[in-house]
Amino acid sequence: MELSEHIKTANVEDVTLRRPFHPALRGTLCVTSHHLLFSNRKDEASWQLLILLKNIDAIEKRAVGSSGTITIKCKDLLVLQLEIPGMEECLNIASSIEALSSLESVTEMYPFFYRPSHLTLLGPWGLSTTEQYYKQTERLWDRWRVSKVNSDYSVCPSYPSAVIVPREVDDDKLIRSARFRQGGRFPVLSYCHHSNGMVIMRSSQPLTGANKKRCKEDELLLQAVIDGSELGYIIDLRSAQQAQQARMTGGGFESKSCYRHWKRIHRHHERGKVVQESLIKLVEACSDLSHSVDRWLSKLENSKWLSHVHSALSTAGLVVECVERDGHSVLVHGSEGTDNTLLVSSLAQIILDPASRTVTGFLCLLEREWIQAGHPFQQRCAHSAYSHARLKQECPSFLLLLDCVWQVWRQFPLALEFSEALLLRLAQEVYASNYGTFLCNNEQERCAAGVKENTHCLFQSMLKPDIEEQYLNPLYEPTDLAIWPSVHPQSLQLWTGMFLRWTEYAQNMEEAREEVWSIVKEHRERV
Amino acid sequence: MEHIRTPKVEQVKLLDRFSNKSVTGTLHLTATHLIFVESNSTSAQEIWILHHHIASVEKLSLTTSGCPLLIQCRNFRLVHFVIPRERDCHDIYSSLLRLLRPVSYDELYAFSYNPKQNDQQREEGWQLIDLAAEFERMGVPCDQWQLTDVNREYKVCKTYPRDLYVPITASKPIIVGSSKFRSKGRFPVLTYFYQEKKAAVCRCSQPLSGFSARCLEDEHMLQAISKANHNSRYIYVMDTRPKLNALANRAAGKGYENEDNYSNIRFQFVGIENIHVMRGSLQKLLEVVGTRSLSMTDYLVGLENSGWLRHIKAIMDAAIFLAKAVTVEGASVLVHCSDGWDRTAQVCALGSLLMDPYYRTIKGFMVLIEKDWISFGHKFADRCDQLNIDPKEVSPIFTQFLECVWQLTEQFPQAFEFSEWFLIQIHEHVHSCQFGNFLGNSQRQREDLQLKERTYSLWAHLLNEKQNYLNPVYSPSFAESHPVLEPSTQAYHFKFWRNMYHQYDRSMHPRQSILKHVLTLKDSNRELEGTVQALKTKLQKFGVRTSPLKPQTPPRERSIAPRPQSLILGAPLLSRKEVQQEEDEEVFGEEAREDAPASTGGERTVEGSSATENGYGEVMGSFGSKNEPGVVTLEFGVARMSC
Repeated sequence: MELSEHIKTANVEDVTLRRPFHPALRGTLCVTSHHLLFSNRKDEASWQLLILLKNIDAIEKRAVGSSGTITIKCKDLLVLQLEIPGMEECLNIASSIEALSSLESVTEMYPFFYRPSHLTLLGPWGLSTTEQYYKQTERLWDRWRVSKVNSDYSVCPSYPSAVIVPREVDDDKLIRSARFRQGGRFPVLSYCHHSNGMVIMRSSQPLTGANKKRCKEDELLLQAVIDGSELGYIIDLRSAQQAQQARMTGGGFESKSCYRHWKRIHRHHERGKVVQESLIKLVEACSDLSHSVDRWLSKLENSKWLSHVHSALSTAGLVVECVERDGHSVLVHGSEGTDNTLLVSSLAQIILDPASRTVTGFLCLLEREWIQAGHPFQQRCAHSAYSHARLKQECPSFLLLLDCVWQVWRQFPLALEFSEALLLRLAQEVYASNYGTFLCNNEQERCAAGVKENTHCLFQSMLKPDIEEQYLNPLYEPTDLAIWPSVHPQSLQLWTGMFLRWTEYAQNMEEAREEVWSIVKEHRERV
Repeated sequence: MEHIRTPKVEQVKLLDRFSNKSVTGTLHLTATHLIFVESNSTSAQEIWILHHHIASVEKLSLTTSGCPLLIQCRNFRLVHFVIPRERDCHDIYSSLLRLLRPVSYDELYAFSYNPKQNDQQREEGWQLIDLAAEFERMGVPCDQWQLTDVNREYKVCKTYPRDLYVPITASKPIIVGSSKFRSKGRFPVLTYFYQEKKAAVCRCSQPLSGFSARCLEDEHMLQAISKANHNSRYIYVMDTRPKLNALANRAAGKGYENEDNYSNIRFQFVGIENIHVMRGSLQKLLEVVGTRSLSMTDYLVGLENSGWLRHIKAIMDAAIFLAKAVTVEGASVLVHCSDGWDRTAQVCALGSLLMDPYYRTIKGFMVLIEKDWISFGHKFADRCDQLNIDPKEVSPIFTQFLECVWQLTEQFPQAFEFSEWFLIQIHEHVHSCQFGNFLGNSQRQREDLQLKERTYSLWAHLLNEKQNYLNPVYSPSFAESHPVLEPSTQAYHFKFWRNMYHQYDRSMHPRQSILKHVLTLKDSNRELEGTVQALKTKLQKFGVRTSPLKPQTPPRERSIAPRPQSLILGAPLLSRKEVQQEEDEEVFGEEAREDAPASTGGERTVEGSSATENGYGEVMGSFGSKNEPGVVTLEFGVARMSC
């Protein structure tokens, strides 16, 4: 079925648009294959609102006499109201939106049609590859190598074609280790610390099962990671009890007797549905306009969102402590190794590594640790906080990462080269985008769908000089040191810029930020 | 001096409140301060605790490493010492118990504090704030409002100031009659005049109405206030108490205005809780945030259960109601609670701050505090426990006011000339008893104590250090476009004020501060501008035309005024090694005054004559130095010989 066949009514005149903190507008509403377009032609000046249909999380329709009202709730948390004259038109528009916003075929999505004049499809896609990363990172050359064992994605379907592993472990061993790990996600290098050469590895859980299976190659692989040093740490992102229970379903953990030089630490992290429900509850709390402080605090607590932020930052801090202060290598994993594992390992890098705190460095980190590492974006971000659809595999792990990075930025406002604007842009793009970057669940799928050939890369476009400027932190002063955030609950805050972005809150803050900018600019000019 | 049994104890351990870290050092007890000096000589950090700041001292049961001593301060600092020998601990404990319970005003620090100013400087300090000029600025006296001398001798109301403003139609008999019908004689008087609409904000205490009593003079008084405003046919009477409390008061012959007896009033309860509830609430809050390894859930639940933010919002709601009635409806408002010196002060002051941009400047904020809090008799001595008279009278009413202002600065980052650092410093000194401003309970008492002759004014001290308190993004043009602030009362705007309640807890604080950084940039901008000007003048002398000229070398070495070393202004970012070291050390410096960032780790001197350097005289003295015996004797002579 052609996309356009979903469109029963393409155009409606005399529609009234209501947005928070703006006067109502009258204009024309159009539905196209990928967009909802509202345009208001008053006098000569025209004003347009263009919303990607993919950005629409939920719509609610209500009949008022002969006309209808549609409430549109977007994945970026904006809520709009459209008053449409004519009941039939209203229902037609609503059903078109419903059909077009929930398309699942990747190649029909807008990034495959988006062709801006200033970008070209020629040239390499993305910012970097595993091989390039290896080449740039001299300290890896001695003991580490790039393995192409996964070049046809048969060893691990969710890993990229190339991964970095200890030099002394050959591909056969990797294949065997992969068989012993859930989803084939054998331990690979995530980060090597510049000051002491200690590394952060990540993987999925070992498949020890109820009868405590072993895998010699997996043990050797981890042994090769610490290479003669006394101790490595395994940070298991489940409670000890959960890890025990996982054995009943074929999973498990690295036992002390088999991995003698590794010390295991368990840290409980919520995952999947629980976190998605937190987001839903949090957004619900933020849009509750009753005025009681008690109720607000109780709803905020009840959502548990800040508890997730708290545990993610605490565990990242623990990893950093092992690597930087105690000088040990670390392996991080939970169950699948595609969500909390990536969250913790990338947060640890922000805290440890000054290179990941620049705009380019941060985007490279996201590309390496989230996109290439196979975070299933399509599944996780199918819906956001408003959808009434039954939850499948949604989970806002990436949003949680952005929130944690924001908390770090709040505590170290000079240490990051980018500003909150970059985080907000990413929070929006991850749910609905003109670009192909967040499409699909892993490299293999992206390859099959031809994402690299047929879409533009978000990160590349964000790094165009004139665009990058709007994401810069005026106060940036690079520091080589680790930036340890405080994780006392009193030091963490609700990310108002995100969760209250469509409230009156934003404006005064924006003006103050501009003032800071102008002071900094004045200073630069004078000096 | 004779209260100090042991002036010095060595090998004392200081435990960190939120971690297992500790440092060892020497504890010194002086007539005015408890001082901890870390033994590690390279970074010797010091903690100075003014005796007046100590709210409680507790001796915990003996442990293997020594005798623990827990000290809780009114500025929310909490220190935990472990003293090796129990006898020493007991000596320190009992000395402190005596020292922190002064028996008379004369024992307070303000009477011995000497910033080495001469009498003229001191007088000038006290003249900085002139309330008569403030009323003139508002446009009073005018054709409807006049100055009355009825309280010149404090005969009508002991707790009001001498100078009071009333409607011109309120004759002396009316005033006197009304005052007899009001609790503590606190009859309705003007506190703020909104010139644009000629609407007045008046304040008083509750009427002695009981179940049915009336007072014609009091009714006349309210009528007079109403008549003085031609823009509105009615006035609002705001009773800031919960209705239940007001009803209960009727049984004691007090109560609230009966709308039937007063013509054209609109009566309104706004439901702010009393001092006891507020005291309990703060206590609960501090218990929660003082918990070690607090979980996010316990934090949020505890925050909710303490009710603290709910109370803050109630005060804010009342102030917004007041500001709206005055600025939008143009109606005059009469505010009262029970005695009219706690909730009334909060609401009048905060309401005025919303209506008048002047009160959002540094000088204006001082005027506001001087007017609505000091002169109208907020009982600072009782509420802040200056003489330890009655623990039931202690309550964080003024702290709540400062917090409300902070909440506003968060919503309107460009509206205030000052930063939160200014609010925190004021809070510090309300309890320090170092300056005369907040001593005693009323103007009359302050005159009896001859504070202006015998102590110094905080305002002069703060204005001297004005550059430290500036809000770098303050925009006077914002004030022009937003003369009246209309804050949102959405619950999510009310946040926990970490920098107040954890001011001294190092691990809570960000290590980088936007505030400090931008302030420094601004200072530097100003300096560069100065250099440009200087160069231009020079060039003009030589007859060179100047237009596009930039300084070749920015004068970087010229010193920018040092910032006080404060956690709020951001601790320096250090390498991991240093961080660890730092975390082992406690925070240095209890107030800007004692911090002297320039001399951190270096030798202390007693030179100079500014207020900021006085502290050193005492250190030298207490350490047995003979460098400046004159100063030392004077300090201790005045301070303690009398007791």
